[in-house]
Amino acid sequence: MAQAAVALVFWLVASVAAAAEGPRDVGQVSDADVNVVASQLRCVVCQSLSVADSPSEMAAQMRQLVRERLAAGETPDQVVRYFVEKYGDWILLAPPRRGFTLLVWLLPPVAVLLGLAVAVRRVRAWTRRPAPIAEPVDAAMRERIRTELEAEP
Amino acid sequence: VKGAWPWLVPLSAVPVLALLAYGFHLNPRDVASPLIGRPAAVFTLNTFDGQPLSLADQRGKVIVLNFWASWCQPACYDEAPVLERSWRAYRDRDVVVVGVDIQDTVEAGRKFIADFSLSFPNARDVGGKTSIDYGVYGVPETFFIDRKGVIRAKHVGALTEEAFRIQVERLLGEPA
Repeated sequence: MAQAAVALVFWLVASVAAAAEGPRDVGQVSDADVNVVASQLRCVVCQSLSVADSPSEMAAQMRQLVRERLAAGETPDQVVRYFVEKYGDWILLAPPRRGFTLLVWLLPPVAVLLGLAVAVRRVRAWTRRPAPIAEPVDAAMRERIRTELEAEP
Repeated sequence: VKGAWPWLVPLSAVPVLALLAYGFHLNPRDVASPLIGRPAAVFTLNTFDGQPLSLADQRGKVIVLNFWASWCQPACYDEAPVLERSWRAYRDRDVVVVGVDIQDTVEAGRKFIADFSLSFPNARDVGGKTSIDYGVYGVPETFFIDRKGVIRAKHVGALTEEAFRIQVERLLGEPA
């Protein structure tokens, strides 16, 4: 636990230091850093692919631009904002959590909760219903069952 | 309430289906550009002759900025003669057509320019920075920039003489 806390503090200090570092060499920006931004962006010439995953030339140029902007000292958020400024929210693979597109985030959990509520109500109704009681067998029927069983080879 | 139950389930699907139907009627290529009404990003690119071409030098003129590529069949091939004709018709009226060739090779771009005898300035966007700066997601795309340097309209797909004339006349009618 204490080790984890120390590790966390070190990580925080390291990331603050990295953020304050300012301009870097383009070669110093890791592919992972580029992908953090590129995976949020829609490849504009593809269908359902992110800039991180697309093999297209346009996506390669965008990744290079992301790398250069990160190297120039911009934060990942600032780079994403640059693309939104040029292409609109359309460029974002995840719709923004505000305005009309907030519905996309809210409706599925609401639908799941509603479904659960309906299911719970139904199950309760079924379990409350008393089990059907078997109709009593009269003497004549009992006699018939007995003879038919005995008739079995 | 009990009687309404059987209807509620299919009824709840109606708004979802309506949204789906609405979505199918939209043109996925028709994405509104957030750049309309904003200052056009200035750039300096090299023309095919190796001369620097700067957008800032054209300030005060109505600029028709066209992004194209030689591999863009057939739309770019349809509009190239339209652009050349329109440029010749308007070049003496403070209108400039600027072509930017994107994601292309020099040879293919040169051949395209020669094939259509394009006489307006054409530059190459090596690295794609200028096209990304204009939020270009395909070719051809054309931006109409007013005398003050503000992007006023964007045309996606092959340009027609009609569209060119309407946009340019509108911007020419405004005071410089």
